[in-house]
Amino acid sequence: MDVRCQVSMVFHLDKCIGCHTCSLACKNLWTGRPGTEYMWWNNVETKPGTGYPTLYEDQEEYRGGWEVDGDRLRLKLDTRAGELLNLAFNPRLPSLDDYYEPWTYTYETLTDAPLQDDQPVAVPVSLVTRREMEIEAGPNWDDDLGGSPIYAANDPNLKGIDEETRRRLFETERLVFFYLPRMCNHCLNPSCAAACPAGAIYKRGEDGIVLVSQEQCMGWRMCISGCPYKKVYYNWFTGKSEKCILCYPRLETQQAPACMHSCVGRIRYLGVLLYDADRIEEVARRPDHELVEAQRSLILDPCDPDVIRAAKAKGIEDGVIAAAQRSPVYQYVKVWGLALPLHPEFRTLPMLFYVPPLLPVTGSVDDGVYETSADFFSSLESARLPIRYLASLFTAGDEEKVVEVYRKLIAVRVYKRGETVGDVTPARVAEALELGRTTPEEIEAIYRLTSLASFEERFVIPPFAREAAINLIQLTQTRQEGGGMGFLRAPRRGL
Amino acid sequence: MQTLVFVVFPYVAVLLAIGVGVYRRRARAYTYSALSSQLLEGGRLFWGSVPWHYGITLILLAHLLAFLFPGVAGLILASPIRLFVAEAIGLALGFYSIFGLAILMVRRLPGQSRASAVSSTMDWVLLLFLAVQVATGVAVALFDRWGSLWFLSSAVPWLRSLVLLRPDAATVAGLPLLVQAHFVCGFVLVLLFPFSRLVHVVMLPAGYLWRPYQVVIWNRERRAHD
Ligand code: SF4
Repeated sequence: MDVRCQVSMVFHLDKCIGCHTCSLACKNLWTGRPGTEYMWWNNVETKPGTGYPTLYEDQEEYRGGWEVDGDRLRLKLDTRAGELLNLAFNPRLPSLDDYYEPWTYTYETLTDAPLQDDQPVAVPVSLVTRREMEIEAGPNWDDDLGGSPIYAANDPNLKGIDEETRRRLFETERLVFFYLPRMCNHCLNPSCAAACPAGAIYKRGEDGIVLVSQEQCMGWRMCISGCPYKKVYYNWFTGKSEKCILCYPRLETQQAPACMHSCVGRIRYLGVLLYDADRIEEVARRPDHELVEAQRSLILDPCDPDVIRAAKAKGIEDGVIAAAQRSPVYQYVKVWGLALPLHPEFRTLPMLFYVPPLLPVTGSVDDGVYETSADFFSSLESARLPIRYLASLFTAGDEEKVVEVYRKLIAVRVYKRGETVGDVTPARVAEALELGRTTPEEIEAIYRLTSLASFEERFVIPPFAREAAINLIQLTQTRQEGGGMGFLRAPRRGL
Repeated sequence: MQTLVFVVFPYVAVLLAIGVGVYRRRARAYTYSALSSQLLEGGRLFWGSVPWHYGITLILLAHLLAFLFPGVAGLILASPIRLFVAEAIGLALGFYSIFGLAILMVRRLPGQSRASAVSSTMDWVLLLFLAVQVATGVAVALFDRWGSLWFLSSAVPWLRSLVLLRPDAATVAGLPLLVQAHFVCGFVLVLLFPFSRLVHVVMLPAGYLWRPYQVVIWNRERRAHD
């Protein structure tokens, strides 16, 4: 058993209000430089929708992630030699237009306008060419189902769904959508790292954060194609790939990442998990329907004395183990089984998990009056979004797994409603508990962590305190005065 | 003059290429990149980059092999048919690379594509010298027949003398101007190498063929496996 520690996340989709605060917090902190304007390390998509970059989930096109070949796992992108032959031109690279061309406006024409009869106009100019441009798309062009006939209707996850259901999905009275905030999953089996010919992408041993070494990166661009979530971005100005760094400078000083800290809906949880690194490959090779369960089985119980002993043998510090024991992620993913990985069939073993949204049920319009059935949130059978769709997102198509999660979530609702409003019969509560295979104690715990959890409960960051530790034994002054973390010179293009 | 152009200049170019190249890799590793513009423009890049890279790599490889094994090359080219075939292939590859290079240049012209936004002066200097180099090469093949043969008895001894530090430019001194231009331009490119994006050539990641897929880096020493 090779016990390692992984910083992991849970996003509770029921609570996301789609405000994009997270994306902006990230942008303000990390991606305001030339060449990064188009990057949204954290972005929030409307689902159903085609996402950002457009249709990134379609791996027949982009060939991200892994595939099983007999008893081997291999990159879907290409063989190693094949990749080297494609260095001059990567046939699977999205173009800037698949994201969007970043722009600003000529605000000077407004502020510098002389007194005149006509209103001055600020026109959009491209942040790449600095020329005037026609805006054709943006990173959230389909927010709240905008333009759904082109965007939502082409969601790759709708593939397995029959015509009739699809048509009903987009009837005005039944329209339904939810938000899917996305960022780097800091996978256990990252295909971006595996696809990098230069070996520039690495996983940090101590916390599992996946980083691109800016000095090793040669701009071969294979990581962009290799990541099935399209969460590595090519900086067209500096010629280097960049990605979410999980705000490691913040984590190392015990602060939550910026996107999580700022999240308005408080949907985000972060904590560490202990897992068995020896089994990564074997788990990533499992058949589709076993993936969710197998990934869960990788995660070790941090209170099990054997695990603790093995962890200590591997040099994992007591503080980290203690944090793993209080990890909210461990509760959601392993103990309650409520949080699921996004597209486990990409086989990268993503370590960002989602609690699926409880969708409203079908309503009907009678004589202009809109009616919903009585259990607005508590009936799975009449949910407006097909379970099939959610299964395509979160369980590689295994509907049973999604239903299991929903039964438990519904049990929480029914139980708490019975307790607070009192209009649910004890028999109905008992039935919901049984279907959800849960207990009042578990429900209270879920309710607490979902609705009432404080900042410290949502973000349990182990005392990495790396900077402080280095400060104790080394003079770091010069480096700090020279510009802080990492770089002493401003990153620029070429020589 | 001959010494300056065919002895001093090559040594200066190579020394700078190695010295500056190594310094840049060590002290300014961040500046090493192929500086791809595929994200900004991919359609024309395909028709430019693929012919260019494949064409020029094969041509360079042929030059290198002939330099390393002139005896073998001489034997192969001894038969007129084989000589003709070799020259024909070389010429075709030459045109193939020029075709690619021309497209690469056009797409970088202002207003042609977004790639022009990331084209520096150095990029243009490099493109121009590359163009001159391939053009003179093709011209030599066309007008100074049969280069692949006389190359073995003129350029090879000269280059060999440079490598062995017993410089002797006698074998190339009397060659036609076109040929000499090709040699000089070649060393200009060597000189440009450490100051331009050309550095990506030596970073060809062959190690990818055998390294493990995943890279894990520890900040502290890890205790041995169990
Ligand atoms: S800040 Fe939170 S609630 Fe707002 S969009 Fe981001 S994840 Fe959703």
